[in-house]
Amino acid sequence: MPHVHSKKVEELEIMANTVRQDIISMLVEAKSGHSAGPLGMADIFVALYFHLLHHNPKKPDWPERDRLILSNGHICPVRYATMARAGYFPVKELATLRKFGSRLQGHPERLKLPGVETTSGPLGSGLGQAAGMAYAAKIDGKRWRTYCLMSDAEQATGLTYEAMLFAGRNRLANLIGIIDRNNIQIDGNTEDIMPLEPLRAKYEACNWRVIEVGGHNIAQFIEAVEEAKATENRPTCIIAHTIPGRGVDFMEYKYQWHGVPPKPEEAKLALEQLRTLGGKIASEHE
Amino acid sequence: MIGDPTIEQKPTRDGYGEGLVIAGKADPNVVVLCADLSESTRSLFFKETFPDRFVQLGVSEQLLAVVASGMAVTGKVPFISSYAMFSPGRNWEQIRTNIALNEANVKIAGPHSGVSVGPDGATHQAVEDMAIMRCIPTLTVLAPCDVHETRKATIAAAALVGPVYFRFAREKTPVFTTPETPFTIGRAEIFRDGNDAAIIACGPLTYNALMAAEELATQGIECRVVNNHTVKPMDEAAVLAAARECGAIVTVEEHQVQGGMGSRVAEILAAHHPTPIEFIGVQDRFGQSGDPNELIEHYGMGVSHIKAAVKKILERKAKGR
Repeated sequence: MPHVHSKKVEELEIMANTVRQDIISMLVEAKSGHSAGPLGMADIFVALYFHLLHHNPKKPDWPERDRLILSNGHICPVRYATMARAGYFPVKELATLRKFGSRLQGHPERLKLPGVETTSGPLGSGLGQAAGMAYAAKIDGKRWRTYCLMSDAEQATGLTYEAMLFAGRNRLANLIGIIDRNNIQIDGNTEDIMPLEPLRAKYEACNWRVIEVGGHNIAQFIEAVEEAKATENRPTCIIAHTIPGRGVDFMEYKYQWHGVPPKPEEAKLALEQLRTLGGKIASEHE
Repeated sequence: MIGDPTIEQKPTRDGYGEGLVIAGKADPNVVVLCADLSESTRSLFFKETFPDRFVQLGVSEQLLAVVASGMAVTGKVPFISSYAMFSPGRNWEQIRTNIALNEANVKIAGPHSGVSVGPDGATHQAVEDMAIMRCIPTLTVLAPCDVHETRKATIAAAALVGPVYFRFAREKTPVFTTPETPFTIGRAEIFRDGNDAAIIACGPLTYNALMAAEELATQGIECRVVNNHTVKPMDEAAVLAAARECGAIVTVEEHQVQGGMGSRVAEILAAHHPTPIEFIGVQDRFGQSGDPNELIEHYGMGVSHIKAAVKKILERKAKGR
């Protein structure tokens, strides 16, 4: 039996589209930042913040909340936009991204913005921190879970491998890793720069359960997280196959959009496409 | 007691192990993380007392820093221990970003600092650790002088809210303080009075500084010896008082002379009270295998070197430069 109704999925898809529009607006205003990754992860962030996470935007330090760690901090526009839409802070503050004095730093900082669980940006550091939180929760008998969102390219870091071993060895069933498998990184396509496959087998070899999903299929993603939550004695890694730049045709699949923002005329076109696509996504589920 | 050849000798790392157990009894949130060196770092003492609060990570020093960061932000007080060369040597960026910038309440213990690590050689002799730690905002940096002070530093680090780095030695060194000797983070202690010159020291070499001062006293030269265990935030008042009252400074540390404790003393003096200064430490070189005492002599940190530096600084003081 599915864990989510199709009506709910439609609502989440519409919210993801709104978040994508926010991302474009933020980046064009900031005049710097990353486009492809944030657009590609909008569906997953919305599914987490609007359906899966136990959290309270009005009490970001609620001790029993689930922890969401963003390891690849550079895709923070999607986190900021989703958090604002979820009620953590005013949507209009999104326009301050990357500006002097802003709580929305170019890479997220825990002490700047309530609800950001850890400071991140240097790649490879997230999974170990998430594992540390999960380990602390386990020895204290806490029920909250730790989710760690990662890029695919950072799977090349030795530190991520160290964390894979640690989480598997300690059977951290309260830890769910989510990899944005969009196949791009700043210098090119992942399999050209430093091949990561067989990625699934690597996690399995470290005593992780692995579930692969389409990263834009919200119902499938929710189902995978529910399976992960029901998994005992080992952590779960969800490999989410996503399209970088999702929703904007001239950005989709292009690694050249990894680390640059749209120019004003490109942003206008992107927003037009997203508004149109919003109707299309809804119609596919009717 | 200073200069007594039968003085008790113990490795400062033992003080770390003892301090961990005391800190662990005082605060149930204290946890100890280890990267495959539990015996050598003496974190084994804690493991035997609190097995459920001891975390073994294997040879993973970067992971050591980030797991500790994650545990700290949930309310734990993690101590991480590996050799100083690997932590903070290998995991500097994780300490800087995930511990310091993240304000994670993690204590970083660096045993096996200095050339006195001995036979293991240059790969395992951390003589750059204080430089790379003291340049990070929010970090407290400590270099305790003997086993008692290391125990006190460990307990004080646990009680302090904020990241701390502290270093200690592998080999046995003289025990020249007592359980009652005062220790407060951020407050240097005058171990010997004198106004001709001030020797500002940290770590086990503070004993060599005292030996040098005693021998110089027989020649009519009275040196103040300052135990400057807190390298950051340094006791500026004590440094400036030494400069004003003695007019000549020698710094002593088992560390590269660039970037360490002596460099910080020089920064304070340059800004507030320019004073002639000589630096005893490793002079921009790597260590090598050997007997600890042999290496201390070879690298110019022996008692005779400190005495020579005092005489040189007194000449400079007399010439006014």
